[in-house]
Amino acid sequence: MQRYVVHRLLQGLVLLFLVAAVVFFLGRLTGNPVDLMLPEGSTPEDRATMIRALGLDGPLYQQFLIFIGNALHGDLGMSIRMREPAVDVFFSRLPNTLALIPWAILLAMAVGIPLGVVAALNRGNIVDRAAGTIGVLGIATPSFWLGVVLIFVFSVELGWLPSGRMGSPAHYVLPVITLGSFLIAGFMRLVRSSMLDVMGSEFVKLARIKGLGEGVVIWKHCLRNALIPVLTLWGVFVGNLITGAIVTETVFAWPGIGRLTYEAVIFRDFPLLQAIIILKAMLILSINLAVDILYAYVDPRIRYA
Amino acid sequence: MHRVPWIPIGIIAIMACMALFAPLLAPYSPIDQALRDRLIPPFWLEGGSMAHVFGTDAFGRDVLSRLIYGSRVSLLVALLALTVGGGVGLTLGIVAGYIGGAVDNLLMRLVDAAFTFPAILFALLLAVTMGQGLLTLVIAISLLLWASFARVIRGEVLMLRQHDFVALAKVRGCSSLRIMVTHILPNVLNTFMVLVTLNIGVVIIAEASLSFLGAGIPPPTPTWGLMISEGRGRIADAWWLALIPGLAITLLVLSVNLFGDWLRDRLDPQLRQL
Repeated sequence: MQRYVVHRLLQGLVLLFLVAAVVFFLGRLTGNPVDLMLPEGSTPEDRATMIRALGLDGPLYQQFLIFIGNALHGDLGMSIRMREPAVDVFFSRLPNTLALIPWAILLAMAVGIPLGVVAALNRGNIVDRAAGTIGVLGIATPSFWLGVVLIFVFSVELGWLPSGRMGSPAHYVLPVITLGSFLIAGFMRLVRSSMLDVMGSEFVKLARIKGLGEGVVIWKHCLRNALIPVLTLWGVFVGNLITGAIVTETVFAWPGIGRLTYEAVIFRDFPLLQAIIILKAMLILSINLAVDILYAYVDPRIRYA
Repeated sequence: MHRVPWIPIGIIAIMACMALFAPLLAPYSPIDQALRDRLIPPFWLEGGSMAHVFGTDAFGRDVLSRLIYGSRVSLLVALLALTVGGGVGLTLGIVAGYIGGAVDNLLMRLVDAAFTFPAILFALLLAVTMGQGLLTLVIAISLLLWASFARVIRGEVLMLRQHDFVALAKVRGCSSLRIMVTHILPNVLNTFMVLVTLNIGVVIIAEASLSFLGAGIPPPTPTWGLMISEGRGRIADAWWLALIPGLAITLLVLSVNLFGDWLRDRLDPQLRQL
């Protein structure tokens, strides 16, 4: 177990280092990164001072070491637009995104899982087809557009819900639906196919032979086992949510890290974007690591595989 | 199940013609502004007319014309990104699957890494460092694609490698390169084509999302994502600006996916799990 954890931890660190390296070298791709960092209207003296201050007059490998060294001290540069350390900006916005994500996951599970089960139970008939159509539509509809449509219907036309910003529980409804939609279709398809696999297995037959009610067999014996492959794809879902949050928060002016990413792009705030990417990579990797370890703890087959 | 999906094929054909013959089909210039004709609604609403079938935007530009020209960007990016990203994935998948060993191990680690880390973030970073444009967009979306191609193709190659015809080729003295190119490659092309069709939708949505986030082809070139982005601020008084291009995206992606599902069932039933 300990070996597994250490192994996974090292893997995560290597990956994080790679992300940092890619970010660093992309920043140097277009010439001196100072040009990306300085605000417009800076004097050549400002430029020279900044180059010296950041150690950018040395050779590239030396610059990279300084960059990594600073990063290890929690310094990922200053945001151009906000004139604050990028790390601080990120962490001040993070809670707003974290307030959104659990609800989106909950919604996706509450809709996606039953739909998948029902589709599997009705394999091939009209109900399955209908669920399949929802799945296909869910994948074909760009989520940012779905957000705009929701605003149009529920805020503009019906006037039921606010169209953006954070606030009362009503403010959560539309963003949560939009963000959840990133997962619903995927959940449904996965649950459907893995339910079909499980329903043909021996222990399900046994449960039926024992005379258990159909409800218990389906929802307890089958579903529990069918959810395992869904959990394995957790890493992909976390990635989806991080991407989804960028679009969702942009549409709904939600002040989280997704919206911050968008702002960094449109204001060409390179140091901020660089910090956001590295911090998001850290976030994704630590969540994955935590889930993997939990998983290995629960299921010995993974530890020894 | 195995009926030919004529409606999706028809929609794809229409969109492809729109992209190819945009200058002939578009009734107006997609870029020139006509401030006297601002925000005319589509023809079925009060105040609309057949002169501007889908109405005009805040600069008086004809929405239909922008929609027609926008299909060019979507399809061009799809074509290029699938060629580059799919091609890289195909090559790496064959190499990893056939050579095996440490090479395979390293490549599959990279694939895993690519799956955990959202490519859209790198795409945004590229847009800021390299500047917006077609090249940036193609590189960015290729980064999104290559890993899934490499993983599936590798799986196929692992199976193919066991076959007698590969062993025979080896006995006859073919080099590894020759076996990969003339024996393995033709056998994975079906799978490759299915993957390409199934990913067209992914690319179109990715391109639109990046455009929407200000990291796509820069304005004033019309793209569907940009049209939605420009239109969403006017959702209260000119909803057609944001809703019509979104419908176009959904329709095209839906058609491509239905066509892809059918093609997969025809050519490669083993891929059903995807």
